[in-house]
Amino acid sequence: MTETLLSINSLTKAYPGVVANDSVSFDIKEGEVHALLGENGAGKSTLVKMIYGLVKPDSGEMLWHGQPFAPAEPRAARATGVAMVFQHFSLFDALNVAENVALGMEDPPKMGDLAARIKSVSEAYGLPLDPFRTVGDLSAGERQRVEIIRCLLQDPKLLIMDEPTSVLTPQEVDILFETLRKLRAEGTSILYISHKLEEIRALCDQATILRLGKNVGSCVPAETSARQMAEMMVGDSLQTPTRTAQDGGEVILQVSSLSAASANPFGTRLKDISFSVKSGEILGLGGVAGNGQDELLAALSGELKTSSDVVQIRGTGVGHLGPNERRAIGTLAAPEERLGHAAAPNMSLVENALLTGAIRQSLTDRGFVNWKGATEFAEEIIEKFDVRTPGSDRAARALSGGNLQKFVIGREVLQNPDVLIVNQPTWGVDAAAAAAIRQSLLDLAANGAAIVVISQDLDELMEISDRFGALNEGRLSDVRPAAGLTIDEIGLMMGGAHGMEVAQVNQGDTAQEVPA
Amino acid sequence: MDLSAINPVLLIASLMVAATPLLLAAIGELVVEKAGVLNLGVEGMMIIGAICGFAIAVESSSPLLGLIAAMIGGAVLSLLFAFLTQVALANQVASGLALTLFGLGLSALMGQSYVGVKPPAMAKLDLPILSDLPIIGPILFSHDPVLYFGIGLTAAIWALLKFSRIGLILRAVGENAEAAHALGYHVVRVRIMAILFGGACAGLGGAYISLIRVPQWTEGMTAGIGWIALALVVFASWKPWRVLLGAYLFGGINVLQLNLQAAGIAIPVEYLAMSPYLITILVLVIMSADKSRAPASLGKIFHASQ
Repeated sequence: MTETLLSINSLTKAYPGVVANDSVSFDIKEGEVHALLGENGAGKSTLVKMIYGLVKPDSGEMLWHGQPFAPAEPRAARATGVAMVFQHFSLFDALNVAENVALGMEDPPKMGDLAARIKSVSEAYGLPLDPFRTVGDLSAGERQRVEIIRCLLQDPKLLIMDEPTSVLTPQEVDILFETLRKLRAEGTSILYISHKLEEIRALCDQATILRLGKNVGSCVPAETSARQMAEMMVGDSLQTPTRTAQDGGEVILQVSSLSAASANPFGTRLKDISFSVKSGEILGLGGVAGNGQDELLAALSGELKTSSDVVQIRGTGVGHLGPNERRAIGTLAAPEERLGHAAAPNMSLVENALLTGAIRQSLTDRGFVNWKGATEFAEEIIEKFDVRTPGSDRAARALSGGNLQKFVIGREVLQNPDVLIVNQPTWGVDAAAAAAIRQSLLDLAANGAAIVVISQDLDELMEISDRFGALNEGRLSDVRPAAGLTIDEIGLMMGGAHGMEVAQVNQGDTAQEVPA
Repeated sequence: MDLSAINPVLLIASLMVAATPLLLAAIGELVVEKAGVLNLGVEGMMIIGAICGFAIAVESSSPLLGLIAAMIGGAVLSLLFAFLTQVALANQVASGLALTLFGLGLSALMGQSYVGVKPPAMAKLDLPILSDLPIIGPILFSHDPVLYFGIGLTAAIWALLKFSRIGLILRAVGENAEAAHALGYHVVRVRIMAILFGGACAGLGGAYISLIRVPQWTEGMTAGIGWIALALVVFASWKPWRVLLGAYLFGGINVLQLNLQAAGIAIPVEYLAMSPYLITILVLVIMSADKSRAPASLGKIFHASQ
């Protein structure tokens, strides 16, 4: 078990303007779970794409069992024994499970035989799947199972997993880890990419850390604290957001029995959601993506109108008001999708600042735009939120995801809202900037705003929320004080393991019951 | 008015002929759209096929050579579209519209010396006994080979899309080009092949009009059949057998209304002339009320960046 499976020697890959990988070297041993750690933009994805044959390195070499390994395309990598589970699922919604699996195989058997193999392998690994269901109807966890089964059917020697747990409930993560440990016991090596440090400590044998395309060190995760690893990733010490003690103010936002259909045909219907948020309070809403988050944000921002009394601000019904009318009374929102929803991709930062800031910042006058004021507002956002851009005249799409996220959140925070609703505020943002964004939300709350934070990142929610609730299939769980909640309780609030409790990872001592 | 002048057997036989150009063009476009490409140049490729087929058939006195030339002509024109949209990453809608306008103009130029010329006739199927059967004979066993080819092609495309690996890859490319690329499939190559196939089918459909159905050459003789084919693919929910049904429905009502006009029915001609379009779309809209939807990558430009 100590033989080296894949050896990476000074791989370098440059794109115009950025060196994605700069002489990266490390070894993956047989039967090892090897973590690849790094901030966004550290070059993790580029590196695994080179191993999988999607990207050709500029220089450097890879050795597979000591033999030169240079896959020209994914087909060649798969033939050698490399399989990959993608971060953004590489699935086809309109096709069924068996067809999706067949597309990932070199030489698939007949559909009937394949379906039988999918059933048997999926049950053996505790990941039950119906081969004939259409993938578009599956939950995020089930979709990931399709990807994993697709890989397992090829008996991979090296399984690459790119951020596999970001869409899973804690119970689903446990089951995934059981599967991965079982694979390791069978001698499969796993290259595991994540920025969830606690997961890496629980699962991985060895970790390599990338920063700005360079290998900046390695460690044994079980013997290293999460904080040490985070600081290796960032190359700096981390600021933990601090909060001042809150005492409950008056109720500002009150939602009662909110039920609404989604505007999106594949969306989730909101079912009888009620909660309230007090002045100075942050309500954290967790839940796996696609369980009503987008719809709830739309109902609170005014994109989705309801009857007047369902949504109340300071006791006044606002459910029938549109987004601009709500902005006028101090209710702002920052949706999850940055390009196309929170920002207009082809418009400049000034124009984007104007789009939501016009009303509260008085940037229009009798129908004419106050460009000077708008530019000042945009530049204030850029300065206060450390948005890295050459100037406020740049198009929104030219910014990296993390920088645009900082801009979008900063734009709403700087308008001093009474009520702020944000969805995934730190999605794709590196650790230092994420800490700054969280701090700005805490500061806003300290000044008396009522804030609703919808997020997939449970650590983030535990860090900043006063109370916590979870969305599951359009329903809201009980809202409970965040302090003292255990990860098991949170998982149950999120809806448990989505049918995984019927699965048995029935291989001797690895068997485990999962609470429903 | 004399409705008894309408012979139902001849009516059915001629509706199959009227439907075939539409069927061929629509089946070709269906494959193109299943691969995620929207080619609005069907009309242009048909008319180019019509003149290429006509010219070669006249020059060589061989209708079969003419049909092959028509397929090549349509495919060559579609290659221009493939280059614009798949290599130069141009907008598919604009490129397709340009293709139609270009095809109409080019065909008029190429066809100047062929106006009024009579092409060689295509032999019809003549099976002993079967073709002589009453009613069934004229309807089923007395047509030209291209008509049967059209039906066979529909069945073949249906089976290919449903059961074969190539069909699965084609659907995958049309559904999620990025994911197909990530799995190592050649998105651009698959799409170019699909576009060429669509061009060849449209060209054959055009030549069917100029060599078999009419048969003569006039400028702009495809008269919007290419556009109907595009609409048919959408309203048929990208399903081959529904395309066949829609094409026959359209052809049938077209032939029927011509017969009614000839019989002097007391409905203004304009209403009769618009009826095939209205009824075909109405029926297909009602049928397409199920869950089926367009290929998710339809009309989107794909570029394998990084």
